[in-house]
Amino acid sequence: MRMEASDEDLAMAAAGGDATAFGLLLGRVYSRLFALCFRLTGSRAEAEDLTQDICLALPAKLAGYRGQARVTTWLYRVAVNAATDRRRRQASYGRATEGWGDWEIDRQQSAVEAEDATDWLHRAMAGLGDGLRDTLALVLDEVTHAEAAEILGISEGTVSWRVAEAKKKLREIREKEEAS
Amino acid sequence: MTSKETTGNDPLDDLKRAMAQAMPAPDAARREANLARSQEIFATHQGSLQAARQNSATPTHRGFFAGVFDMLFTRTTGALTATTALVAVGLLYVSPLGEQLLRAPGPLVPTGGTAIPEISEPLAQAPRAVPPVIAAPTTGDTFAATEAAPVPAPSPSVAADAVVLPVPVPLVAPEAEGARRPEALAATTPLTSDADAADLSGTLNAEASADGIGTTSPADAASGRAIVAAPAPVPGNQIAASPARIQAIPPLDATPAPLPDSEEFANESPSPLRLVADEPVSTFSIDVDTAAYALLRSTLNRGQLPAPDAIRIEEMVNYFPYDYPAPDAGDVSPFRPTVQVFPTPWNPDTQLVHIGIQGILPAIEDRPALNLVFLIDTSGSMNDPAKLPLLIQSFRLMLDRLNPEDQVAIVTYAGSAGVALEPTSAADTVTISRALTALQAGGSTNGVGGLQVAYDLAAQMTGNGEVSRVLLATDGDFNIGISDPEALENYIAEQRETGIYLSVLGFGRGNLQDDTMQALAQNGNGTAAYIDTLHEAQRVLVDQLAGALFPIADDLKVQVEFNPAVIAEYRLIGYETRALAREDFANDAVDAGELGAGHSVTAIYEVTPVGSPALRIAPLRYAAEETTPIRAEFAEELGFISLRWKAPGAADSQLVEFPISATTGQSGTEAQFAAAIAGFGELLRGSDFLGDWNYSDAIALANANRGADAFGYRAEAVQLMRLAQSLAQ
Repeated sequence: MRMEASDEDLAMAAAGGDATAFGLLLGRVYSRLFALCFRLTGSRAEAEDLTQDICLALPAKLAGYRGQARVTTWLYRVAVNAATDRRRRQASYGRATEGWGDWEIDRQQSAVEAEDATDWLHRAMAGLGDGLRDTLALVLDEVTHAEAAEILGISEGTVSWRVAEAKKKLREIREKEEAS
Repeated sequence: MTSKETTGNDPLDDLKRAMAQAMPAPDAARREANLARSQEIFATHQGSLQAARQNSATPTHRGFFAGVFDMLFTRTTGALTATTALVAVGLLYVSPLGEQLLRAPGPLVPTGGTAIPEISEPLAQAPRAVPPVIAAPTTGDTFAATEAAPVPAPSPSVAADAVVLPVPVPLVAPEAEGARRPEALAATTPLTSDADAADLSGTLNAEASADGIGTTSPADAASGRAIVAAPAPVPGNQIAASPARIQAIPPLDATPAPLPDSEEFANESPSPLRLVADEPVSTFSIDVDTAAYALLRSTLNRGQLPAPDAIRIEEMVNYFPYDYPAPDAGDVSPFRPTVQVFPTPWNPDTQLVHIGIQGILPAIEDRPALNLVFLIDTSGSMNDPAKLPLLIQSFRLMLDRLNPEDQVAIVTYAGSAGVALEPTSAADTVTISRALTALQAGGSTNGVGGLQVAYDLAAQMTGNGEVSRVLLATDGDFNIGISDPEALENYIAEQRETGIYLSVLGFGRGNLQDDTMQALAQNGNGTAAYIDTLHEAQRVLVDQLAGALFPIADDLKVQVEFNPAVIAEYRLIGYETRALAREDFANDAVDAGELGAGHSVTAIYEVTPVGSPALRIAPLRYAAEETTPIRAEFAEELGFISLRWKAPGAADSQLVEFPISATTGQSGTEAQFAAAIAGFGELLRGSDFLGDWNYSDAIALANANRGADAFGYRAEAVQLMRLAQSLAQ
């Protein structure tokens, strides 16, 4: 059946110039893409903007898809790079941002501590730093360490180390909070 | 301080849980906007890629992401810089799928004398063998027969596809090509010959190069499935494998504007002139569809002349309301047939026999309760302002006209499959409106059995004496859970027996399977309408709500026997897809069209009287001379008309019949206007029965017979004629 074409089939067709396949593929992956963007940025507005950036840039990107990787792997790589790029731009413009990083600044300025899980999430993510955060953004979506390595352009060992490191930090954060 | 639920063993699991909780849903409006904008960029990007390929250069920097993307390009796809890959990409790009995107689908023609014809030949055959959606009609030739629909044999798209070969192959880009492509091809192909192009394109359907409609069938079939058979072995290049893989992809269309080439039209060649001596009897089923006219309007408004195959004259004529005499208590039938004979506007030596059938309009408050199941296509391709949003608006218009006893349910297919709204009283407008608003295009998983779900729901809702109808709204993706086209038709025909009617509403352009719409509606005892504007939705769903939804006569067939003493030749204008065999008339098993409450139907014959200078068929030299003389009392009769219909839900048909007087009378504005529209259709089809009669004559005739025209439909028709006139020049 037509609707059951795999993501890879669609991507190959889109790379060949099929607008229909492209639209179908984008419609299919949009939610996952947005979710990843949220994990990468930590704010809904930022995630929306990042998703938009990626959507607008995908047509150019897709011509380079060669079916060597799963579409999600390939797409996540695009997303992670776009997120990195966005962070850099924001840093250079000195623009105020919201999201994980922003929360960290907030926390430093006002020592207000909220109590719900969402805030714990923000505290935790903010305490991790970009590298670990990006890695977790992927690993939390059931991406294997090998795939995450491919997406991030680092070795699988590094991914595993980062995950372990992240766990360690999360424990630290929690212990610190429980102690306080 | 810290909430209890975050204290698990694995901090990662806690994080995951918290993340899932915090995860917002993407904003629907932005999603739509992003998808649409991305599609646009995709389309324009194809052009810039082509330019880049010519130089074998890496893509130029565009926008702030370009840096990252270029980096990724080089990291992931070194092959992009390889020239052979570029050529292959370029060629694939002109394959059927690529063409959809290009929107300027001129035919690509391989030059003769190369090996290509041998390859393209079986390919050209294959798509015909596998019609993409609905194949042959199930019962007789009542239905739009896609098989018989004229299709340019040497499929340009398929030929182009066959060119996806390991080596650069000579291609010729005809002049009709869009501006961008020929350049690109010239760069990648060794041979371009204008002479050859002109020569070869002459062998193709001229319309195909004009607007792409003519190329539709093969292109679609090729991109649909037949391409599986395509031998496209390009060694060491993954792109080469894509045609075979692409076959699983629907030819959807998510961008508006220019006409891509996956539309299919149902039509037969125009009814030929018949000799009364040979075939005195003409039989057809009525047709109250109007899709062809709305499609015509949308095409003309885009500045294109429609393909002749897109013209179904009877649907153009029947688009307009006519002020025919309504049936009264004296009529046995729920409709009143009126026959007028008057001189043909385009030929003084022939006459038009105008048959107008006016259905009774029962008082709205007397109508039975109505159960409507909206079966809505929510596939990604519906994500277009002219599709899903228009559909939702259209249904809202209709909701206001429903009675509180009426029930509405919504079933979606593709994407968010299933029942979007359980049967709800039409009085509960809030719930219904909310369900409509929640509809979203996008998503791709196949909604299994959307049609079955809809029919099941309709069956559940049907109470005693109630009328149930499934309203299928789609842009042409008929992937509704039954994969085999024939099974689909059979299924709908089966459901017809349950008394549930099916109407098909087409939205948007680009992927419209007009022939499938026709076949489905005709099999499902329903109507097919094409909705391009809210205005049209108003007409179809609101103004004609009663007629569109309440049948007063099922399987209405018309048979005319001409008197050979008076009429020598005749032809039925339009109704090609509705022709019936003579013996089908009295066969109640043979399906035919339904007449809705208050609907009118018009059929027009052009007849040539015996001895007229306009006779076209010369008498046979060796034909038997003696003919049985016609009885004197019939000398004043032009012919004899019989109408057969079934009361809704009844199994047995009833009959009315009466003679047609041979005296030519003065016709009213209604019949004259119908004649003007029929002539307009003939002009668009390029008929050779019109002589010198042209658009100016059609405009003058229509203008003189606008009548009351309360809704401005006739004025609009005149505007369309003027548009066609200038486009035809």
